[in-house]
Parts: sequence; structure tokens; C-alpha cells
Amino acid sequence: MNAIKVFVPRDSAALAVGADDVAQALNQEAMTRGLSIEIVRNGSRGMFWLETLVEVQTPEGRVAYGPVKAKDVGSLLDAGMLEGKKHVLCLGVTESIPYLAKQERLTFARMGITDPISLSDYEAHDGWLGLRRALSMSGSDIVQALVDSGLRGRGGAAFPAGIKWRTVLGAVAQQKYIVCNADEGDSGTFSDRMTMEGDPYMLIEGMAIAGIAVGATQGYVYIRSEYPHAIRTMSEAIERATVAGYLGSNVCGSGRTFNLEVRKAAGAYVCGEETAMLESVEGKRGVVRAKPPLPALEGLFGQPTVINNVITLASVPLIMAKGANFYRDYGVGRSQGTLPFQLAGNIKHGGLVEKAFGLTLRELLYDFGGGSRSGRPIKAVQVGGPLGAYVPESQWDLPLDYEAYAAVGAVVGHGGIVVHDDTADMAKLARYAMEFCALESCGKCTPCRIGSTRGVEVIDRIRSNQNKDQQVHLLRDLCNTMLNGSLCAMGGMTPFPVLSALNHYPADFGVKVGDDENV
Amino acid sequence: MTNVINQQVSIERLIESHQSTQGALLPLLHAIQDAIGFIPPESVAQIAKGLNLSRAEVHGVITYYHFFRTEKPGKHVVQICRAESCQSCGSEELIQLAEKTLGCKVHHTTANGSVTLEPVYCLGLCASSPAIQVDEKLHAGVTAESLREILTQLEVK
Repeated sequence: MNAIKVFVPRDSAALAVGADDVAQALNQEAMTRGLSIEIVRNGSRGMFWLETLVEVQTPEGRVAYGPVKAKDVGSLLDAGMLEGKKHVLCLGVTESIPYLAKQERLTFARMGITDPISLSDYEAHDGWLGLRRALSMSGSDIVQALVDSGLRGRGGAAFPAGIKWRTVLGAVAQQKYIVCNADEGDSGTFSDRMTMEGDPYMLIEGMAIAGIAVGATQGYVYIRSEYPHAIRTMSEAIERATVAGYLGSNVCGSGRTFNLEVRKAAGAYVCGEETAMLESVEGKRGVVRAKPPLPALEGLFGQPTVINNVITLASVPLIMAKGANFYRDYGVGRSQGTLPFQLAGNIKHGGLVEKAFGLTLRELLYDFGGGSRSGRPIKAVQVGGPLGAYVPESQWDLPLDYEAYAAVGAVVGHGGIVVHDDTADMAKLARYAMEFCALESCGKCTPCRIGSTRGVEVIDRIRSNQNKDQQVHLLRDLCNTMLNGSLCAMGGMTPFPVLSALNHYPADFGVKVGDDENV
Repeated sequence: MTNVINQQVSIERLIESHQSTQGALLPLLHAIQDAIGFIPPESVAQIAKGLNLSRAEVHGVITYYHFFRTEKPGKHVVQICRAESCQSCGSEELIQLAEKTLGCKVHHTTANGSVTLEPVYCLGLCASSPAIQVDEKLHAGVTAESLREILTQLEVK
């Protein structure tokens, strides 16, 4: 009899709720009972409230059980889990779980299905098709395909990826670089982490295509130190891909060179800003550089450099394999393709939801998220990380697209969505935004370095009712200075959460609606 | 004394193995911290000389990044996430509980040297907040009871 395949995720979020214990218990119980099983450590499906999500391969497809604890293993096997039989934790065929079935998984098509470090799994699930196709094309044709796909930078700034690549392609230099920004420091985001832990070859393939397209032979993945598992998985995947000839001095037998290296960050949030990241990769303090010169012309070690976020680069293989039109046909307006949204915070069904742009926050919060985890009404939703605005209920029906959000002073950013229930004190969260900026400011420009500290003080005075009207006025003035005078998004966008909290939740600041000039 | 000498020897070896790396300082500092748990301030001159940098540059980098330590941490390091997502699920209360249970404030080590308590800003487990990391091990969906249990176990060990 063939061993029955049982899948136990190795994603950090599964490990954090005891996935290793579950795998160990399964192994032990199977051995005791004389059952023949093969445990595959897959990536996560992204339904984190169901982790540890154990799946069993059956003739009807993969059947899911979750959330499984090690102590449940005995009763699961008793109930006939290995034949996909019923149990109180049985969720049916994985693909039919509505949370997954309703998604449009393009970039995350393999996520949770494959063994992340298995090259044969990757190959069997459409891996390397994009790279092979790219190797048969000229650099400018690859870049044109990317322009046509409408792909915009998924890190937050949403700059058209193809235009950036074209600039680097056109630059003349001895050495060019590809740098992947995997310094995913935004609270409420984990799609980069999932990609590196759950489908690392996709990112490797995307970076290799970028290298082939613009003529760069060296790439770096800058991964935050808070992601030890992602660092380990990426490093192992790079090693395996190099040995197998997908990286190195003869990429897929083409004679082209592309080498890749992991660089470990060191806990500075501002190094998610592209020029600060370059400084850090160069071994310096992660201080923001003034632009121009653009990194595309003078980037890493002064050479032309493509800098893209993990999800941007991970979207490239699919675009190359299936064509620009295939990707462009998803989405709305100038927000084309899909975004892996990340539902986080006080939400019942937190996880990864990849959908085309254009759905609404309300759909995400209730149709996918199932409302707050605490069961209390949802009060505020921060979209786009710590520098994103708090979005009030009146705006939950806006389509999630870059332009529609920008029009109301909000950002889609990296697609992180943090939910707060009605116990949240928005003045306290506004203070936290300033405090975080003070802690993480690189110190190069004054509005950010000094403004953030002054911001904490002003909000403290508002909260303790000292000269409130004047202090609110001062806070707006300060935010205006930071917004317009900062060198990068750190100081320039910290006013987003602060002002949105003040504007939409004035009562939390003790300000009556109508008292304040801009409400 | 032997410890100090061993430390110097191992740092010297790490410096040598990083000399041909482009932008070597961060990888080297990580390697040193991985090997001995922190970056001894007295090694700054040695690192600077090895990488042909000024001591100010090395000191500047070590002190810029939150991740690098210049003091030996406790036997265990407990990091509690205090970013927005975890805040929305009660991480501030967990920090207070940890401070009370351990009898030390964040950024400090317990008197017996068993635990260093630190804040962390996002572990990427935001769909299962609140999250903490104890040494290399992650815990998500942490409650007051589970935190108490984790801390008690650490102090026993």
C-alpha cells in the first residue's frame, strides 16, 4: 500500500500554534498503529484561524481538518481521518471551503498546495515557465510585457514596475543589481513572509526574470530579522535553485548569469524605504537618501538597481507565463491584477485573501473576515500599514483600488488590513503612530525626527485636556509640515493615521464635531 | 579570561571570513551576535580595522539597529509584539502582565538573569494576534493564561 499523504504546514503562523507538535504526534501515532503515512510540510493556505490545518490526500481531493492540536491526533485517526472521514474538526474538501473558493489566487496559486522547497513540486505546478519564456525574449520585450500587464509596485507606492525596469534596462553600467525589499515591517501584513516561507521559488524566478530583463547579474533579498523562518527557507531555496541550475552562471542552460543572496536586516522599520534599504545592504546605517538620483540609475553601490517588493517580483513569473493580458484583465481602472489582502487584528477569520482590485472593505471584513473576533462592533480599520489611514465605516463601500483610496486621503499600500473594535481609543492609536515614528525615524530630516516627538507631546496635551483647541490646531499644523516637508514616507505619511483618527473619531480626542475647523 | 580570549579569536575568525563580502558590516555583526549572543563594545576597534572602516562607522551601525545588542542578554529572550494588530487584541495588557510576572520592565533583564523582556514591532503573525517570540519559538493567539504558563516554564528551566 502506498503511504497516504498528510499535509502539515510549516508556515510560521502554523508553527506558532503548534504545527511541529501536530506533525510529531501524527508520526508517532501512525507508527504505533502501523499506518503508512507520508507527512508533507506544505506552506499555509492562509486561513490562519484554522491553523494547524491538516490535510489528507483522498481520491476526492485534499480533505482538511482544523484547527488541529497535537492532542486531537488520536481521535482524528480513530475517526478515519486518513480516509477523509467525518470528525468534528473536518472542514471537507479544502478547495471548497468558501474562504478559499471565493478568492482569485493568481500569485498565491501554489500557496499551501506544494512543499515549498521541493523543486519537483514547483516544476509540476507551472514553475519556471515564466523564466524559460523570458530567456527566449529580448530585455525590452520582457519589460514591455511588464508595462502592458499594468503591474504596479506592491510594496505600497504603486509605481508602475515596467517603467522602473525600463529605466534600469536603459542605463549603461558594468554592473546592475536587483534588490528585493522583503523588509515587511508593516503591522497587519504577512504576504511577503508567506511567499518566502511557502513558495520561495516563485520569488527566485521573478528576480531571475528581472535580472535577465535588465541585464543584472546579482540580486539581493533583504529580509527582516524578525522573520527567521523566511530567512532559512529562502536561503535553502536559493541554494537548491543554484545547484539545479536555475541560478548561477548558466541560468537554465542559457549562458546567462544571475546570482542571488539573502541579506538579513536588523530591526529598523525605515529600512523598508528603498534608499534606506540600499544603505543597509551596503553595510551602513539605514539612513534615507535624497532623490534624485533615482536608485534605478544610481542605486546599490552606485549602480543601476531594480528595487521591488516581494509580491511585485513574485507576480512576474505568472505574467511572463500567461501573458500581460491575462493579468491585466483582473482589477479596475489603473489598479490592475490582484492583490493579496491580509486580514489582521481583531477579526474572526484572519488570513490571506487574494482578490482582484475593486472589492470593498466591507466585503473583506464581513464576507471573508466574519466580523470582529471579540464579537463587538468594528470601529476603525487601518488599511495599508502603520502609515495608512484609519478608514471609518462611511468609507467601507469604496472599491479597494489605489486611486479611489487616494481620493479620500487613504492608501491601499501593501494590502494590510488591521481591524479594531469599539474598545479602541483612536487618540491613543494616533499617539502610537507618532511614538512609532519617533522610534523608527532615521533622523535625516527634521520634520520626521523632531516632528514625531513634538507630535507625541501635543497629543498628550490634547488627551489631558490642556489648552485643547490650540493644541488641535497645532497638531494639524505639525502634520502639514511633516506631510510636505519630510524626505520619505516615514515622516510624510505618519500624519495619515493621526489625521484620519482626528477627523473621523473626534470624540476620542474630546473634540466635538464641528468644533474643529477641518472636520 | 579564557572566555574573553576565545571570544576575540572567534571574532577575528568571523572578520576574516567576511573580508571579501560586499557591504560586509551587517552580515559580520549578525555572525558575531549569532556566535556569542551580543556584540562586545570592545570588539568595535577590531571590526573597524578588519573591514577598513572607522570606529565611528562601526559604532554608528551597531547602535542604529534595534536588533544588535551590546550587552549579554538573559538566558531567554521574550519579545512581545506591540504593533497595531497585536494592540487590537490586547498586547498592551500582555506586556503589563509580563512586567509584573517577571518583576522587570521591557528592555530589561530579570535580576537572576533568566529572562530579557523586549518589545517587538511585528512578527508577521497578525492574523493570529497577539504574538510573542520566546528565543527562537513563536507563539500566536497568546492569552494571559498561556503567557503566564510560558513565563513560569522559562523561570523553572
